[in-house]
Amino acid sequence: MADREERRFAEVPRESIRLMAESAGVELSDDVAALLTEDVCYRLREATQNSSQFMRHAKRRKLTVEDFNRALRWSNVEAVCGYGAQDTLPFRPIKEGDLFFVEDREVNLVELALATNIPKGCAETMVRVQVSYLDGKGNLEPQGTVPSAVQTLSDDLLKYYQQITRSILGEDPHLMKVALLDLQSNSKIAALLPYFVYVISGVKSVSHDLEQLNRLLHMVKSLVQNPYLYLGSYVRSLVSSVMYCILEPLAASINPLNDHWTLRDYAALLLSHIFWTHGDLVSGLYHQILLSLQKVLSDPVRPLCSHYGAVVGLHALGWKAVERVLYPHLPAYWANLQAVLDDYSVSNAQVKADGHKVYGAILVAVERLLKMKALSLSVNAEGGIGGLPRPGGIMGCRESSPGLSPPPEPLSEPGLGIASHLHAGGAGCPWEDWTPVPLPAMYCELYSFFGDSLAVRFSTGPSLGNSPPAPLAQPPTTRKELPGGTANLDTARKMPQLTANLNISPRQDGSPHGELTAPSMVSGRSLARSSSSSSVQRSRSSSSRPGQRPSGLSRDVFPKARFNPLPAGPPIFSFVIGGRQMGRRCQGRRFQTTFTPSQPLSAVSSRTYAHKLPVIGRVGKPVRRWTCSQYSLHLPL
Amino acid sequence: MPTVCDTRSEMAAVQDAPVEADNEKEIKTETLNDAAGNHASAAGGVIPSPPVASTSSSGPAKAGGPGSEEQQTLMAVLQFLKKNNFVGAVDVLRREAGILEDSDESQGQELAASALGGAEAGDATCTLSRASSCTTSTPAVAAAPAKGGEDQPDVNVVLSAYSQQGDPALYQGYYSGLKKFVESVLDCHRAELSQLFYPLFVHMYLELVYNNHETEAKAFFEKFSGDQECYYQDDLRVLSGLTKKEHMKGNETLLDFRTSKFVLRISRDSYQLLKRHLQERQNNQIWNIIQEHLYIDIFDGMPRSKSQIDSMSGSLAGEAKREANKAKVFYGLLKEPEIDVPLDDEDEEGENEEGKPKKKKPKKDSMGSKSKKQDPNAPQQNRIPLPELKDSDKLDKIMYMKEATKRIRLGPESLPSICFYTFLNAYQGLTAVDFTDDSSLIAGGFADSTVRVWSVTPKKLRSVKSAADLNLIDKESDDVLERIMDEKSASESKILYGHSGPVYGVSFSPDRNYLLSCSEDGTVRLWSLQTFTCLVGYKGHNYPVWDTQFSPYGYYFISGGHDRVARLWATDHYQPLRMFAGHLADITCTQFHPNSNYVATGSADRTVRLWDILNGNCVRIFTGHKGPIHSLAFSPNGKYLASGATDGRVLLWDIGHGLMIGELKGHTDTVYSLKFSRDGEILASGSMDNTVRLWDSIKAFDDIETDDFTAATGHIHLPENSQELLLGTYMTKSTPVIHLHFTRRNLLLAAGAYNP
Repeated sequence: MADREERRFAEVPRESIRLMAESAGVELSDDVAALLTEDVCYRLREATQNSSQFMRHAKRRKLTVEDFNRALRWSNVEAVCGYGAQDTLPFRPIKEGDLFFVEDREVNLVELALATNIPKGCAETMVRVQVSYLDGKGNLEPQGTVPSAVQTLSDDLLKYYQQITRSILGEDPHLMKVALLDLQSNSKIAALLPYFVYVISGVKSVSHDLEQLNRLLHMVKSLVQNPYLYLGSYVRSLVSSVMYCILEPLAASINPLNDHWTLRDYAALLLSHIFWTHGDLVSGLYHQILLSLQKVLSDPVRPLCSHYGAVVGLHALGWKAVERVLYPHLPAYWANLQAVLDDYSVSNAQVKADGHKVYGAILVAVERLLKMKALSLSVNAEGGIGGLPRPGGIMGCRESSPGLSPPPEPLSEPGLGIASHLHAGGAGCPWEDWTPVPLPAMYCELYSFFGDSLAVRFSTGPSLGNSPPAPLAQPPTTRKELPGGTANLDTARKMPQLTANLNISPRQDGSPHGELTAPSMVSGRSLARSSSSSSVQRSRSSSSRPGQRPSGLSRDVFPKARFNPLPAGPPIFSFVIGGRQMGRRCQGRRFQTTFTPSQPLSAVSSRTYAHKLPVIGRVGKPVRRWTCSQYSLHLPL
Repeated sequence: MPTVCDTRSEMAAVQDAPVEADNEKEIKTETLNDAAGNHASAAGGVIPSPPVASTSSSGPAKAGGPGSEEQQTLMAVLQFLKKNNFVGAVDVLRREAGILEDSDESQGQELAASALGGAEAGDATCTLSRASSCTTSTPAVAAAPAKGGEDQPDVNVVLSAYSQQGDPALYQGYYSGLKKFVESVLDCHRAELSQLFYPLFVHMYLELVYNNHETEAKAFFEKFSGDQECYYQDDLRVLSGLTKKEHMKGNETLLDFRTSKFVLRISRDSYQLLKRHLQERQNNQIWNIIQEHLYIDIFDGMPRSKSQIDSMSGSLAGEAKREANKAKVFYGLLKEPEIDVPLDDEDEEGENEEGKPKKKKPKKDSMGSKSKKQDPNAPQQNRIPLPELKDSDKLDKIMYMKEATKRIRLGPESLPSICFYTFLNAYQGLTAVDFTDDSSLIAGGFADSTVRVWSVTPKKLRSVKSAADLNLIDKESDDVLERIMDEKSASESKILYGHSGPVYGVSFSPDRNYLLSCSEDGTVRLWSLQTFTCLVGYKGHNYPVWDTQFSPYGYYFISGGHDRVARLWATDHYQPLRMFAGHLADITCTQFHPNSNYVATGSADRTVRLWDILNGNCVRIFTGHKGPIHSLAFSPNGKYLASGATDGRVLLWDIGHGLMIGELKGHTDTVYSLKFSRDGEILASGSMDNTVRLWDSIKAFDDIETDDFTAATGHIHLPENSQELLLGTYMTKSTPVIHLHFTRRNLLLAAGAYNP
């Protein structure tokens, strides 16, 4: 009864019942209403008591609408229409009458659809394990990591966040290091991830301050490296921040004294790191990155530093990216670059220096492209010899090539998986068949641009009108490939071979030798031999080179003069191991086990003589650059 | 009528074994008699028992002869069914009755009768299962007349016991008179006689309500509800809402109270005191209630103290009668099967690897000799037919033994490490968890009707290839078991879809090939962990099924739910083998005894019951919890049982003697999980209050065993303070602990869903 003093239970007043009845079109007398009220209250209590059972068995503390509906259903009562909500629904009275209602706001679907803030998705249910208490000795502190989706920020976390950001962006370098290290290893900061990502997205506002940008990038690196963090869709945000550092003409780069190049290099390194470790979190990320890089590269209005960023970015994404974006774009870009480089006016000095930077970056990128391409082709061919079917070949060579420097193969693979839509060759063809430009042609073209600056050398059979060594060495291959010509080389090629050209090329005045000598020989004997021969060679070529260079000649005239762009016969590449040619049939020798392109390069000195251009981007220590070139031109800071 | 008997070889073997058919029926009578007031008991009720002098003196006291009374009951049920147009049920019931009466007269006619019945009768299980189908079509109310022992099948009849007219105004006087008297008696009797207050209060209140004295009832409630023990709060709340006669119909709590006698244990002296008082005062009202609705279990000896009484009371229907816990329980463990050959291999391996050949041999021998000597408390090996060990089972046993040698010996000084499996993003939907015995898989039941299985090890979950692909593989090859698996399906977790309501219980089979789940939709489902598909849906509970559990030997499983009946199933039977009826409220949790001969069920009526699988008897009733019981655990040696309830307390029971032997206080919320360590030294309890607590179970058991049991009365003094048994409290972060598991090496695994 409404007038009972004791109010232990929720009660529905008589007036409410009458109102409800009225809304249903029934007039209730007082007596009926009173009786009905009492019954309603009782049934309500009964249903509540029954529903608590469902709550208990669901191991919850909160009674939900679902529980109540279930209780009603099992007592053969029609369930209340509607749906259960996780949150409590606000229950409001109307001032004028004794009417209560659940607030039910209208949702503007258009607004919802176009809203920029994407609602938090329902993350997948998962199980995480951690050792909470070792040997029964634990603290009484609450334990456990918690996903960001369900976390509210505790005071401790907030404090942590403030401390970390303050130390990273602050003055004390030591403090920064500690903070970064903690960020990298702390397992309990999942909840803070969005905050940190937000901080990092502030790169746009500090583009004048290289130091701050640097610190923010370091923060990205720490977050990316933290094994306990699940970056999820935040990857996209991080990538866009990093891309900003790579591509944008930062305010800081106005002053030529600022070393924004290093920042770009580091950002590119970071980009590739994010991509190869977390790229699978966002579908189509690879494609998007490539597109934006391409856009920048093909935009002549952009400053050179942006172009530089695009090139290093592509380089960091792997040789496939270079092949697909940079290489096709090179002829068009070359003209612009050359115009810059050929302008000797004083006013152009700064721009020209930038141009040299870009030139160097492109050079490094294409060099690795050539190297990796040759490597992948020969590796595939090797797999083919082993009798493996083609698709299996990839697997085979991946497994059997532990000696490879780590990045190349793994690099090529995910790139393909994700960006398979980039395959111009059409669907269905195995990836090793997709080579838009055959290696020799590519080499020719690149050589036409860079001349002897290219660190990679291939023996191109008819390089100087010599009798091509290829047909002699590989008669069967040649025969098969001859009819096809260069055009279908890519599909018909079975056994391309990379050679260091030591003992094949008889002459020393041709293309420089010894650059891509067989690295790290297996046997000491062959090592000695190869190194000695290469040193001999180098001394010879260095002695002969300067004389050959016509000083005034333009860049592209020079290489083209000695290079036959259209090889008469199919070029055969062979890779020399220990001074012996790696034949197609010598299965016993695993080519890739010996290929580690680090050792011999120590012998390669900077080839300032090779070109009239000052050497850019490969100053000093080619070895270190080479070993680290998987990701970047430069060493990490 | 489904036929199940032909396929049931195992249970047929049971029937051939020690128990005679007559025996069985007697047992059922007993079940019937102490199972009161729910429709499950109707299942018992439809089986008229031969006029055997029933062991349960608690049966309807005023009945002339059990046989005729049964007959009446049967007629009542039939009448009810007819009235409600349950034609099919009527037919079945008639047939059943006919068959059973025939079989009473002569065993020889039984076959013919069963042929007539259209079903292969002949064993009691079959009867039971048919009875179940009959039961399920009968609403709960039907139980009441059946039990009431009245001729007219109507709910009103049950309630009409209240129709005796006393002056409503005098009720308060009666009650306060009694109260005054109890306060005036000697201290030693006061506590005992105080037990009367609650049942009297409830019955008097209900009488007032029934006779439409609403205002008097309210006043009565107002005046005296405050005097009742705090642990009856929940029931009082239900009562207070009930103020009209119409509401009394269909209120299950009320029916329970009405139809089952509230059991009190009072010493003879106190009882005499009370009797004398009531006779002096001519207080017939109270005396009538005591006669009709209360069962006073009188014992000789010292009156119990308040704390002793408090520890045992709290259940919906008072304490258990002493007779209820007298039956012999074979709590010992079964002899482990000897796995000789592979174990020797293992030894050789050990020799080769570690160079300590002697170390394992004696150990094995000792184990062998121990198991050879039959434990006097163990049941016969074939008391319950158990499945044969397969080769893979033997391998698993070997693995188990290997692991067991590396087991850490736990104790108060060396507590286990705890690993917590947190379910993230479960959105409050995680309802049940189970680990496999070898801790390689974890399964979760969810409110969204799904069951999810995760692999805890790096080994991913793979399903078997499709039939077409299976045809292609070489069946002769050695690694055929590897080849049948579909690599492409490998994943860290699998989701099993099939239920149409929240999944409240999951249980892995011991061989890890199957998973059971039970749900609000009333079914228990069996899933294959080879194909990750549903194999069987067991229908029988027509109401939510709260818990299910595989037998430690596989093959059998138990389920219990809202219909208050626990059912025993075998995986290859789609109908239950046994039904255990007797609880007065929902069965909330189930647990198999380690020897697979008994099951324990915990209920919302705040009792734990132990059932004998062989004959379906209730062999133990444990009272003392003050709230619905949500977790049960047997000690590894089978001697003890632990139970946890919503009141946050854990109680320890000695199964052999049928006694409460410990009370572990500490949790502040429902205890959802209990587990003994592998050697039984530590009891771990996990609760809704976000803690795991470890208890010294050895000490808890030892303290009791040093006392000489006052087994006759069963009244023991519990240690006042359980804090010295508490070895540790471990907090989680907002994560209720809903499952605990000790790995074979005694690492404690806990699981729960993060609950922001």
